[in-house]
Order: sequence, then C-alpha cells, then structure tokens
Amino acid sequence: MAALVATLLALPLVGAQTYDIGGGALGIRTHFDWVAMAAAAVFAGRLALHLQQRLRRGREMVDETVFARLAVWGNRRALPLTLTGIAFAVALPFLPFSSRYLIDLGTTVLIYIMLGWGLNVVVGLAGLLDLGYVAFYAVGAYTFALLARHLGLTFWQALPFSGVVAASFGVILGFPVLRLRGDYLAIVTLGFGEIIRIILLNWSPVTGGPNGISDIPRPSFFGLPFAHSAPEGVTTFHQFFGLEFSATQRVTYIYFVILALALVTNLFTLRLRKLPIGRAWEALREDEVACRALGINPTNVKLSAFGIGAMLGGIAGCFFATRQGFISPESFTFIESATILAIVVLGGMGSQMGVVLAALLLVTLPEFGRAFAEFRMLIFGAAMVAIMVWRPRGLLAHREPSLRLVPKSTRVLWP
Amino acid sequence: MAESQGLLLAVEHLTMRFGGLTAVQDLSFNAYSRDITAIIGPNGAGKTTVFNCLTGFYKPSIGRLTMHVDGEALLLERMDGFRIARQAGIARTFQNIRLFAGMTVLENLIVAQHNLLMSASVLSIAGLLGLPRYRSAERAAVERARHWLDKVGLIEHADWTAGTLPYGAQRRLEIARALCTGPALLCLDEPAAGLNPRESAELNELLLAVRAEQEIGILLIEHDMSVVMGISDHIIVLDYGRKIADGTPVEVRADPDVIKAYLGEDELEEPPEVTAADLNIR
Amino acid sequence: MAYFLQQLINGLTLGSIYGLIAIGYTMVYGIIGMINFAHGEIYMIGAFISIITFLVLGLIGVSYVPLALTLVLLTTMFFTAIYGWTVERVAYRPLRGSFRLAPLISAIGTSIFLQNYVQILQGAREKPMLPLVQGGFTVFESGGFVVRLSYLQLLIMLVTLALMAGFSTLIATTPLGRAQRACEQDMQMAALLGVDVDRVISMTFVMGAALAAVAGLMVTLYYGVVDFFIGFLAGVKAFTAAVLGGIGSLPGAMLGGILIGLIEAFWSGYFSVEYKDVSVFVVLILVLVFRPTGLLGRPELEKV
Repeated sequence: MAALVATLLALPLVGAQTYDIGGGALGIRTHFDWVAMAAAAVFAGRLALHLQQRLRRGREMVDETVFARLAVWGNRRALPLTLTGIAFAVALPFLPFSSRYLIDLGTTVLIYIMLGWGLNVVVGLAGLLDLGYVAFYAVGAYTFALLARHLGLTFWQALPFSGVVAASFGVILGFPVLRLRGDYLAIVTLGFGEIIRIILLNWSPVTGGPNGISDIPRPSFFGLPFAHSAPEGVTTFHQFFGLEFSATQRVTYIYFVILALALVTNLFTLRLRKLPIGRAWEALREDEVACRALGINPTNVKLSAFGIGAMLGGIAGCFFATRQGFISPESFTFIESATILAIVVLGGMGSQMGVVLAALLLVTLPEFGRAFAEFRMLIFGAAMVAIMVWRPRGLLAHREPSLRLVPKSTRVLWP
Repeated sequence: MAESQGLLLAVEHLTMRFGGLTAVQDLSFNAYSRDITAIIGPNGAGKTTVFNCLTGFYKPSIGRLTMHVDGEALLLERMDGFRIARQAGIARTFQNIRLFAGMTVLENLIVAQHNLLMSASVLSIAGLLGLPRYRSAERAAVERARHWLDKVGLIEHADWTAGTLPYGAQRRLEIARALCTGPALLCLDEPAAGLNPRESAELNELLLAVRAEQEIGILLIEHDMSVVMGISDHIIVLDYGRKIADGTPVEVRADPDVIKAYLGEDELEEPPEVTAADLNIR
Repeated sequence: MAYFLQQLINGLTLGSIYGLIAIGYTMVYGIIGMINFAHGEIYMIGAFISIITFLVLGLIGVSYVPLALTLVLLTTMFFTAIYGWTVERVAYRPLRGSFRLAPLISAIGTSIFLQNYVQILQGAREKPMLPLVQGGFTVFESGGFVVRLSYLQLLIMLVTLALMAGFSTLIATTPLGRAQRACEQDMQMAALLGVDVDRVISMTFVMGAALAAVAGLMVTLYYGVVDFFIGFLAGVKAFTAAVLGGIGSLPGAMLGGILIGLIEAFWSGYFSVEYKDVSVFVVLILVLVFRPTGLLGRPELEKV
C-alpha cells in the first residue's frame, strides 16, 4: 500500500519532468512533431510501466511460477533441448529459407554467445563483476591482426596465441586488483577497458590508431583458401571440392568455425564447473571469508577465473578479427562490455542456456526494425534493472549441482 | 593425559589492539590434541578476536602463536589465513554461520577438500581429461563427505541447497565442512548458539565422538554452559581481554574470580541468540 | 612558470567540478555502501536540463545574466534531484538486502538506460551553448604568455566553495544531517531509534543529484558543449576523486576532486592530451591497490 502511494506520488512528477525535457528540446531542434512524439512516448511508457507495476503486485506469484516452471522444465529436458539447439545451429546454413544474411546474423549471435559464456565464468561463477571484458576481446583481435601482419601467421596458427596473450593480460592486470572488494573491482576493470582502448587509439605506429588494422587474413579450410581465384600453386576450396565458387561458402565456413569455437567453449566451461576449480569459483562467490578459512587461496582462484575468462574473450576476439578483416578501437568501447554483461545478467548468471537466449534476443532485436535498433540499449538497460529487482538470478536461473550424492533419476522430488 | 606429548597449539603473550582498544591482552594458553579446550567469558571478552588471530584474519599486535604439526612448529602470526588452514591444519566455524548458501550440502563438503582435489586434478588438466587419477580422488572426497554427513545426520539432505537447511542443521554442516579439511585443530565459534537443548546434547555427542575417533584437538568458544561443562577437558576464562582462570571444569567452577566476573552475574543475562539465527536463514 | 600557473587555475576549476560530483558518490557510499554507477548520468542529465532551461529562459526573454544563472541553477537542481530520487526509488530501493552484485548491476543498467534515454530524446550530437559569462582577469604576464583567470572560472570555484560550506553545515547541524550520520554508523540501529532510513537515503540521493546538477550546469558553461556521453568519463573521474580523498568523507571528496583536476590539467599540459584519461585511471588503480582508504578515509576492519 505504501509503495502504491509512493508510486502514485511519483507519477505527476515523472510525467511533468519528461514533458519538460521534450518541450525544451524544441529550442535546439525544430523537429516539433518529433519532439512531441518522443515526449508523449516517454510519458506513455512511464505510465505503462507504472500501471504494470501496480498490476504486478497481484500477478507476482503467477509470474514467478511460470518462469520457475520454465526453468525447471528446461533443466529436466536439458539434454534433448541442447541437442535440438545444436542440430538446428548446424543445419541452419542448409535450410531452405537460409541466406547469406541469416548466416551472418547467426555468426554475430554466436560471437556474443561465446563472449557471454566467457564472461559468465568471471561474473556468473566467480562473482567478480568485470566491466572491462571487451579489453580482452580487443587484445585477442589485435594479437591476431599484428601476428598476421608481421609474422604472416594464419588464423588457426594465431588462435592459441590470441588466447594466451589475452589470458596473460587478464592475469597481469588481475594480479594487483583482485584483492579489492566487488564494487572497486568493477570500476577498476572498467578503467582497464578504457586504458586499453585509449592505448589502441593513440599508439598509432603499432595499432594504426583510429584507422585500425585492415587486410586481416581470412581463415582457410585446412590450408585451402576461400577465394575466387588463387595465386599460382594454391588450390582454393571450391577447386579442391570441385564446386562452383560462391561467396556464401566462406560465410558458411566462418559460421561453422565460430559454432565449433562456441561449442568447445561451452564444453570447456561446463567441465570446469564440475572440477575443484569451478566449485572454488562458486564458493568464492558465495563467501570469500569461508573460503580462506578452508585453506583456499582466494587470489589464485580469482586469477584463474579472470585468466580463463580473458582467454575465451581473446579467442573470440581473434575470430572477430578474421571475420571482419578489419578492426579498429571503435569496436571495443564500454558499450560492448555493457552489452556482454547484459547478456550474462539477463540470461541468469551462471546459466549457459540463458546466455544463448539473451544473445539471440540482443542481436536479433535490432533486425526487427529501426525502432528496435534505436531502443535496443534502452530496453536492455531497463531490463537489467527489472531483472535485478524482480528475478535477481536471471530469467532462467536454476542451478544444477556440480555433483550429487544420489543420482538424479532415482530421486523422487527436487526440493 | 601426558600434556607435553600432545601439545598442538601454544599461544604466548597474545595481545591484540584496535586503535586505542585492547581486545586481548597478554594471553597465554595451550591446546592439546585429543583434548577439548573451551574459551569462555562474557560478551566482548575477546574470544572471537583470539580465533581471528589464530586463523589469520587479524595480525596480532604482540605475541607468538605456535602450531605443532607433524613434529614441525609453525608460527601462525607470520602466515596468510588460507595457509594456516592449509598447512597448519586449523579449521574453523563462524559465529554467524558462513556456508556456501547457494551450493548443495555435498558441494560445501567437497569445496572443503579443494586443495587435495586440486593437486589431484593437476591444474585442472587431469580433471578436464577425466583421468582415473582425478576420478578416484573425487570418489574418495565424496566418501569422506559421506562419512561426515552420516556423523552429523545430514546424509538425507546431501543434495539440498545449504541455505535452505534449518538453522541447527546449518551449524552441523559447518562443523562437518571444517572436519572435511582434515584438520589438526578444530576451532568452533559458539557452535551451540541458537540450538535447542536437544540439539545441544547432540552437539556434545558429536564433539566427543570426534575427539574419540580423530587425532584432533578442539578449541571451543561457547556460552552454553551445558556444552562447556559437559565436554571440556580444559577451560580458559577471559574477561576484558585478560585470562582470569585456566583449568578443568571443576577448578574453574570453583574459582571465585570466575564466579564474580562471569557465571554469577552474567549467565542469566545472556540474551538468546535469536538475532544471529534470524539473519542467517535466508 | 606562467604556464604552470595557468594549468593550476584550469586544474582547480576542473577539480571543483569533479569535487561536486564526487560528493554524490561519497555520500551514497557512506550511507548504503554502494557505488552509484548512475551518478555520472545524473550529472549529464543536469547538464542537459541546464541547457534546456537556458533555452526556455531565452525564449521567454530573461536576458539579465545573473538572474538567468540563478534561475537555471535552481531549476536544474530541482529537476535533477527528482531524477536522483527516482533512480534510487526504482532501481536501488527494491534491492536492499539482495545479493552482493545486484545493486551494482542495477546501477549499470540504470546508467545504460539513462544514457540511451537522453540520446534518443536529445539526439547523439553535441549540443552547443553560447558563452554567457565572458571576460576575466589577467593574473600574471611573462614573456608574452598571459595567465588568465576568467570570471567563469572564478564563479565555478566560488559556487563550489559556497556549496561545500553549505553542505558541511547542513550535515553538521540539521536533524537530517544528524540522521544521515547516524545511518552511516549503523543503519539498523538508526531505524530502531526511529530514524526513517528510507527517507534519509532518498534525501542523500536528492542532495547528491542536486550537487551533480550544479556540476552539470558549470560544465555546460565552461566547455559550451554537452552530449549524452559526458556522464561516463566524468563519473569515473569523480569516483576516482572520491576514492582518492577517502570514500565516505566529504572533505575528502572535495580534496580528491581538486587533486584529480590538477593531475589531469598538468598531465595534459606537460605530457600528452591523448593520455589524460589514462592518467586518471592509473591514479585510481594505484590508490585502490596501495591505499584503498584514500587520503582522509577511515580504515575499514573486516568483520568476521
């Protein structure tokens, strides 16, 4: 009841205030209609949000059980669901409605899924809020770009280096700051992200400054390049397999590369979670003091989470570089970190499936129309708040124990 | 009991100051293996501070804390908290239970065996590959967990989320978790707080059984006199950070200083520890 | 020497602005122990509201500069404070007692939301602002190099000083200030003794937002441009200032702000403009690693 009164009180203030901004904006621009529409839309949005909030008081129980049921159902059918998902992902390029555009979109989704899984290790499992994750993504991408340019390494040769270099960055940067409390750590990682970006932007001789690095080599299929015509003595992919050349072949191949990388990432992180190191991450998230009392070295455990997260980010970055063929600091801003974090948070921290759903949503949302593209981050910002208020463990939060004393099938009921 | 034989922990001239406040002053005592040593005293007497110094959460201002493990003497005041647990074999519980609330009961006990499993998993590589060496280590860890779960009566709840257990069960789980580290010295900070009389009695039995079966010393902070007097071999009484008595339960009970400082005045005024209990049930 | 003096003046001006924002961080941290990541955006909103108010005043024909400034100051503080209040009410209050990372994530969500909200409403381009307060003194002149202290810089420093003094008195003497200090010590106990904790926290956000609004107004005047992204960097820098001064301490926030302003001014003056933001981040990291309690902060003892 008190909350109702308070929100009702807020309504006129909030309403009047948005109007004020809208009204003022016409002084700068002369888009009369546009400003009025924006003001009205925000006003209506606030109103709707407010009404929904009032309604929710009654509906809360229902919503809880719907999502809880969905999560439990998803958990029970985890294996068939996962297999269906993988089967669909593999079949996607060959489906009748598939197109180059769709495969490209799928590739983007998969990059974010992989980044989400990588960050999930740090945020979801170890409970370390990393706001500069994009730094490792950038390090991975630039590592490959520089190795390719100066040493002529191919994508597959450079891939492990990208991972290792990014992981070393994670460990070196993490070492001094991982002792810090959670919120300090968050802001320091944010600082690291920015430092890396600023260095990339200004260290022109090496990084190309704002112009970035272009002509990054594309991946080849066991040494067979994807090109219309190859230089002397080199067989191209379509020649080797006797196919008609098509640009879609390369796009499809790139799609499968990231699909494979993402699946390996998933298996790797799932497996780690069931190992002592994974359990130590989770224990650390739950209670650091207790960890120390049990003889666990918190710094090492945190470093390992940070390093592995960074490594996965670096590998994703390496892939990003080869896919784009061109990288510049613009791709590695704080917004990118925030987007990846949003994916992890919305999906439910620690949940692999949730990351997939959130990444799908986040990447495909702008494709539904310009309006969605414009409001994407607005919606995601608001959704992050809403999730924290409403279902802090994420939409599909359902923690599966890393090991059980009594096997699952023989149990009557899960409490 | 041949005391010098089983000497486990020697505390000498321990002093801990926080700014101007002296929480513990010139405290010396010994704890022995296969012995239950209780530290009692009114609230604010510095008991938990002693524990925090022993387990490396505080660095003592003055004093020497020596732990005798496997014929080696380790100086605790020079070690990091996690090394104390790992090398000196001191395990502890907390006044306001600190479980890994979001993890299951079994996982809590497996995490306690982290160092053992970690070396078996060889930087996680053997674990990632699922090599037999790691698998058998994990099986052994689960067996050890099963053993202690059985002892504390939580075997039925092994796959429950720890945070959903009732209060008394959480206390027992925390003790089991500490025991899973295979400690030489077990430090319990008010293990009976918030327990009902029946649960306290069970706790007594558990501690006596542990002492009987394991090569282990127990150091205990407790307000519940039925626990302290019932099972302790050896009681140290603190008041305002100073030791005012040290002896067997019978001696301590008869000590005029103790009666004056603690038992006579304070016991009836002890508030029931419901606040801590309420805060910890989520 | 002249160059040094000029950088000093610039640094002090910048520092005053950071200090005002830093107070918002420090007050909120002191009471509920969280970093209000959205505070930088509140400052950005303050800047926008001030520019809009100037325009509205221009439209209705208020052209006497001191009057306009006062009106804008009050309006901006008022509306921005409402934003601060709303943010606390919507994004933080429901999370009190939730798990550790929840308020932080919510704050980041709020920050992303507000940024995009302003971007969508006001456009992504920089908003120019005509210089209102012009002129200044020549403090010092040597070898053709003129050290100038503009009226605007003077105004910024004076307003900051006045606000600082005002807020210190507010917290030292009024019942609200007493309640705030009580909540800072022990929120549960304060609540038991009849302090309306929710109201105190709300008021803290309101006060922090009002100060950030002043900073926003001053930045608008000082740089003459505003865009939706200024909150991010200014927020980080002000936070660094708060940490450097000792988070939770009001004079610390001001001191930290001025130090950060000076570091930034001298760094860009003597080393490189490109890396001036890096300098601040480096300071932040060094302080957190080597002296997490800051210059004027109290040491925190871990409770076990």
